[in-house]
Amino acid sequence: MNFAEQYIALVTMSTREIRRFLRIWTQTLLPPVITMVLYFVIFGSLIGSRIGQMEGFNYADFVAPGLIMMAVITNSYSNVVSSFFGHKFQRHIEEILVSPIPNYIILAGFVSGGMARGLLVGIFVTITSIFFTDFQIQHPLIVIVTIVLTSLLFSVAGLLNAIFATTFDDISIVPTFILTPLTYLGGVFYSITMLPDFWQLVSKANPILYMVNAFRYGFLGISDINVGAALVAIMGFTIVLIAIALRLLKTGKNLRA
Amino acid sequence: MTAALSISNLSKTYGNGFVALKGIDLVVEQSDFFALLGPNGAGKSTTISILCSLVLKSGGSVKIFDTDIDENFAKAKQNIGIVPQEFNFNAWEKVFDIVVTQGGYYGMPLPLAQERAEKYLKKLGLWEKRDQNSRTLSGGMKRRLMIARALVHEPRLLILDEPTAGVDIELRRSMWAFLREINASGTTIILTTHYLEEAESLCRNVAIIDQGKIIRNSSIKNLLRELNKETFIIDFEEEFTSEPELDGYPVRLSDTSSLEVVVEKGKPLNDLFKLLDAQGLRVCSMRNKSNRLEEMFVNMVEAGKSKEQEQST
Repeated sequence: MNFAEQYIALVTMSTREIRRFLRIWTQTLLPPVITMVLYFVIFGSLIGSRIGQMEGFNYADFVAPGLIMMAVITNSYSNVVSSFFGHKFQRHIEEILVSPIPNYIILAGFVSGGMARGLLVGIFVTITSIFFTDFQIQHPLIVIVTIVLTSLLFSVAGLLNAIFATTFDDISIVPTFILTPLTYLGGVFYSITMLPDFWQLVSKANPILYMVNAFRYGFLGISDINVGAALVAIMGFTIVLIAIALRLLKTGKNLRA
Repeated sequence: MTAALSISNLSKTYGNGFVALKGIDLVVEQSDFFALLGPNGAGKSTTISILCSLVLKSGGSVKIFDTDIDENFAKAKQNIGIVPQEFNFNAWEKVFDIVVTQGGYYGMPLPLAQERAEKYLKKLGLWEKRDQNSRTLSGGMKRRLMIARALVHEPRLLILDEPTAGVDIELRRSMWAFLREINASGTTIILTTHYLEEAESLCRNVAIIDQGKIIRNSSIKNLLRELNKETFIIDFEEEFTSEPELDGYPVRLSDTSSLEVVVEKGKPLNDLFKLLDAQGLRVCSMRNKSNRLEEMFVNMVEAGKSKEQEQST
């Protein structure tokens, strides 16, 4: 395939992926907004007022970047894992596999769908948070770079999960037992400076901590860790996962007999 | 002229140790209508799946219009259209979208993909269903949708794995007519089927595969020439209590008023009728017990099994 044909194939795949999650918007776009409203009502108005200040900010303002990031992570991941596994389960992944599309376009096609959903949800929940918080965006470029990289990273992670998955249970195990705990322990609701030294060290092994803190820095100008290091870490994780995904697509793991 | 498909020493051993292909060689010329026959589990679908990369080969080489799949599989795939045995499209997508999207996967600009989708959906009688979700189609329509999808990029080699399985006879005939038309326009067609009447009616050349090996590769004409006997079922007005003696013709009672009679090649049927006449038996009707190719196919596969049993004992 020449460049123009590859571009058409990528646009075809992306369009199909985006149409898929827009068609079922009540399952994909609406729930994160409702969840966000509940978080702000509970942590902002009910509990947040009793917690007081966190790192010099209202509790609702402090948790808002982490909550937005959580929605982006969850939606980017679940979009790709459910779409790719659906393709496998219904066997229409074969439509793509028999075509001359190179593996990096297959990867880019699915990941673009995950990123589109993650970022769209990110925009919606950010708009929602404006009604409950009064934060200002301190470093817009950091916000954009962090959210785009995070969305990319978790879209690729979703693809890896879907490649390995052979049953529907397999696509819920990772989000339930790995992703959610890592997100909740990734500094969304608290600053790791509140933890004893040992647990601070353990927390630094959690990749989501870097994303949440880089994102919070973009919004509030505060972070528990060095933002430059955080961005490098996110990029490093992303490159490693992309390399693994391309390798698995090349070997045909769980795709070609 | 370059062969449409050239397979050399192709082998496949699956992860569980099952050897599906044991070094097959096969050449399909351009514009041929070729049948790949074999019993279940013989290796037909494995061979086809290797050609479209759904199965990775263990050894050997495959060239599609002179392009080695090991060197440039993407280029080779541009020339192939595949109609699989199982339905493998998105059940929630519209008929038109399924075909257009497949065009996009082959790098076709949207207007061209839409134009081709219209052309083939119309030819296959699905244009009226274009806005319906594919899950609402009947089995026969789903098969035709897969053919339209496989043709959207107008491949030079069309591979159909059991295309008329579960399709009623009227629809099967109309699909045959369509495939003949596609073949006449220059598209090479490889077909696997369990309906040997289908292979005999459509195809010019045939390969019979059994237990991962090609046991016969010839033109259908030559193959049928080798058929040295045929079994007929003859229905009589009379009812039999035992098999009548027909000298030179092995006979078996099919039911109380029907006989299975084996007629060797070259023996005129007139002699048989003279014998029946002499015994005062009146024939109501007469038909082949099975399709001629089917008879030959069964003989070959049975011979293969016997040979294998001999070797193992």
